[in-house]
Amino acid sequence: MKSAVVLLPGLNRDRDMIAALTKISGKAPVTVWQTDTEIPDVDLIAIPGGFSFGDYLRCGAIAARMPVMRAVAEKAAKGVQVVGVCNGFQILVEAGLLPGALMRNTSLKFVCREVKLEIANANTAFTRNYAAGQVIRCPVAHHDGNYFTDPETLARIEGEGQVVFRYAEGTNPNGSINDIAGIINEKGNVLGLMPHPENLIETAHGGNDGRALFESALGLPKAA
Amino acid sequence: MPVIKARVTVTLKNGVLDPQGKAIEHALDGLGFGGIGSVRQGKVFDVEIEGADKAKAEADLNAMCEKLLANTVIENYSVTLI
Repeated sequence: MKSAVVLLPGLNRDRDMIAALTKISGKAPVTVWQTDTEIPDVDLIAIPGGFSFGDYLRCGAIAARMPVMRAVAEKAAKGVQVVGVCNGFQILVEAGLLPGALMRNTSLKFVCREVKLEIANANTAFTRNYAAGQVIRCPVAHHDGNYFTDPETLARIEGEGQVVFRYAEGTNPNGSINDIAGIINEKGNVLGLMPHPENLIETAHGGNDGRALFESALGLPKAA
Repeated sequence: MPVIKARVTVTLKNGVLDPQGKAIEHALDGLGFGGIGSVRQGKVFDVEIEGADKAKAEADLNAMCEKLLANTVIENYSVTLI
């Protein structure tokens, strides 16, 4: 299975994402730069975390208007799977590929810790190797992860099963509405989440709870 | 070349929680400014546009807000030519 990683100035988790995808798929992902207008044929496009364009204006706002994001939108429209982690999630909502907005954490503090995540929907291309309701560990590191949307949109995404990950056991680090940690688009091929599953994929990380997300997306069987 | 000057104001919509505004409110209270009902923070953009066509400038500025300057999921904007 082939994957691509989107590179933008100011991202800093790109190497983590490349390492995770290389280890899990057995093949290094291709990288695409912000000015690229075409993305090669791949099964999964990943937008890593970081601080693209210094978080100027709003987190992800400038990145979302770069040429490469038009190419991502075209691929997404064709059904290619896209995952955005942390700043990647912020970029996807700014690009209009996912509903809602990510606002400043209610604590006003940058949070860097481990949280518990509940798999709110295990019936997606990204979570099929998890069990519904399963609670996993996952690190977070962000200042603006407070998911917000208007009540109508919230009711719609909750009703359609588009909430895929929820902070569990009182670990919501940012005040997000309904403890939302990650959502998927209506079509089910674009996922955004604030936590960093790419940082928990092997024993050396202290656990592999995040691995099944990439295995699911890459069409790999669940690891033993 | 004539220049049109405009000020764009972007504020959070009613009902959207503004933790930064709240923190500023508490800080003002701490400085002894009593009786503050609430503080909401936002952004101001001063934009200069070459040309003399004010109607076009205003239309362009509104488009800029819709496409980039404001996130209309959470923010309102207003455009004033000055």
